[in-house]
Amino acid sequence: MDNDAESRLCEQTAWLIAVRDNRDRDAFARLFEFYAPRIRTMLARSGRFGTAADDIIQDVMLRVWRKSAQFDPARASASAWIYRIARNRHIDVIRKDARPVPEELYIENTAEPDAAGGLALDQESRRLREAIGRLRPDQRAVIEQAYMGELSHTEISEISGLPLGTIKSRIRLGLDKLRHELKDLRTE
Amino acid sequence: MSPMIHHIPEHLIRAYAVGGLPQGFSLVVAAHISVCDECRARLETEEMAGGAILEALAPDTATDGRDTALLAAVMAELDDPAPAEPVFVRSGIFPAPVMQALDGRPPRWRPLGAGIRQTILNSDREGSVRLLFIPPGEAVPDHSHNGLELTMVLQGSFHDETGAFNVGDVEVADGTLEHSPVAGTGAPCICLAATDAPLRFRRFLPRLLQPVFRI
Repeated sequence: MDNDAESRLCEQTAWLIAVRDNRDRDAFARLFEFYAPRIRTMLARSGRFGTAADDIIQDVMLRVWRKSAQFDPARASASAWIYRIARNRHIDVIRKDARPVPEELYIENTAEPDAAGGLALDQESRRLREAIGRLRPDQRAVIEQAYMGELSHTEISEISGLPLGTIKSRIRLGLDKLRHELKDLRTE
Repeated sequence: MSPMIHHIPEHLIRAYAVGGLPQGFSLVVAAHISVCDECRARLETEEMAGGAILEALAPDTATDGRDTALLAAVMAELDDPAPAEPVFVRSGIFPAPVMQALDGRPPRWRPLGAGIRQTILNSDREGSVRLLFIPPGEAVPDHSHNGLELTMVLQGSFHDETGAFNVGDVEVADGTLEHSPVAGTGAPCICLAATDAPLRFRRFLPRLLQPVFRI
């Protein structure tokens, strides 16, 4: 693989792969330093501060270390994967019952890690980041509120109209395609 | 499994992804995604967006010292064994998240009359979620809803004014839909049904008894 920026995974995803494949503690510390302050901001949006936030961050990051074998860069960016863990843990803490989560998709012995799928998803994720960077402040406030803010389903309004829509549908089509390929693997 | 026709609407997948759904609706979404690759892709797309926004958030730098101390605590725990957590797997017609709501045990059915049975899985101030057992060909009484109702077929099928629903399909009914679902004639119809408000039955079950049956 050449070192052209477009063919390299974003650094967070590369760190997570180093944790997954090599149990790399330095890479883990970098993940922590990047995500802990952002998860803290996310928790503050719904009124969790101080030690209440510490407990969730600690739990989330330990899960990242322990469950890294489940991370597949063809299906999620490091940020998406960690966002999901943080959301799940946060809701588990708010509610008395564990959050219902879908069954994991187990693929038996995929011969090769899907490097091409990982890069494709990574590039879409890069475009998604750029699109978020280009949003007007009021648009950005709306999506931050929807994805990070107070947890109320009534106010998660129509945000598909924002410029993110197109990129998101491309990601979805990519994941759909991946699903169909995986389905073929599963039924063979 | 025949291909699913009735999926979870996009806005409910987004609401699930961001953690904005009550427990009962979350269970239906998780159960459907367990068997539907297309909706799984939609969910993972929402999570990609959530991840990108998380990445773009301004880090909370007022707490650098706090994070340094927390990092040290986490690093010291890396080699500790993970705390044991119950793992639930699909059992027969019940996907893993339903087995989790059943605490790993088979459902304990309670009769509702006319051969219809239910098992309440969760009920709180945000609504309730239950399993319904409807004998072949049996009609569920006419009802409308104060709020939203999500019904996923786990076994058999049902049909109503809006269409036919087979295993894996989800019907989304809101306050404007007055419908009378009828179970298909094959196997008994077993559904996972969640509401965010008490159902209003038009007949069959006196309103006064509703609190007793919690339906």
